[in-house]
Amino acid sequence: MIETAFTPLQSLGGGALIGLAAVLLMAMMGRIMGATGILAGILQPANLSDWSWRAAVLLGMLSGPIAVLFVTGQLPAVQVPVSTTMLVLGGFLVGIGVTFGAGCTSGHGVCGVARLSPRSIAATLTFMLTTALTVYVVRHVIGV
Amino acid sequence: MRLILSYLIGLVFGVGISISGMANPAKVLNFFDVAGTWDPSLAFVMGGALIVTAIGYRLVLKRQAPMLAASFQLPTRRDLDLPLIAGSALFGVGWGIAGFCPGGALPALGTGRSEVAIFVVALLAGILTAKRIQSALNDRSSAPA
Repeated sequence: MIETAFTPLQSLGGGALIGLAAVLLMAMMGRIMGATGILAGILQPANLSDWSWRAAVLLGMLSGPIAVLFVTGQLPAVQVPVSTTMLVLGGFLVGIGVTFGAGCTSGHGVCGVARLSPRSIAATLTFMLTTALTVYVVRHVIGV
Repeated sequence: MRLILSYLIGLVFGVGISISGMANPAKVLNFFDVAGTWDPSLAFVMGGALIVTAIGYRLVLKRQAPMLAASFQLPTRRDLDLPLIAGSALFGVGWGIAGFCPGGALPALGTGRSEVAIFVVALLAGILTAKRIQSALNDRSSAPA
């Protein structure tokens, strides 16, 4: 386990930018800003123009840490307190889960909850609960 | 024009994720570890994102159509079903194990860290596996009895 500092202002500001991106994507393209949907649309494109805007959004996302590096001189912190096995197992389960659940933290948690969609509210409550339970079991019951 | 704007929107998202701490699994997992090294920062990420999105959507969706597309593509389903709840539950288990969610991991990939790449490859494998299961289920349910 790694202790991390409480960063209310940075987190609030970062969150506001995430929201701004969601609003701009709706205003311009009429689409929900969901990482799951964007990734799924790149993997299985309906047509070229549908694929290309999603690929452009993805490239922009990847450029985020590099823009932070240019402005602050440092890449954002990525501290991974889990093993490679856990990354692979977790990644695979996340992939299965977001596909059947049709969304993740960005699509359901931000965009869907902001629209007061009952499906997104139910999805968000469900995954927040199972994430907390999993972290409790992994850290305090199994003790990894 | 569409592509440049899409890139810039992705960039705003990626910078937001980067400075918020969502790209940092240690911070994400600590948010959920109330019984241990608790860090409540992520509540502020959700709060900031939700306030801006709720107000912004209200203004944007008053318009007839988006600026660069024919219509708004909003999910219309309101029913709760098993795939939604079971899928979301499974997503949470994976998020709790690895500490990355898709929206956090994609921008984090831009740091060039190998751990993120490992997670994203496993994520893509999970998505493709689930799509195969989905289409197999669809084929079976649409086949004549």
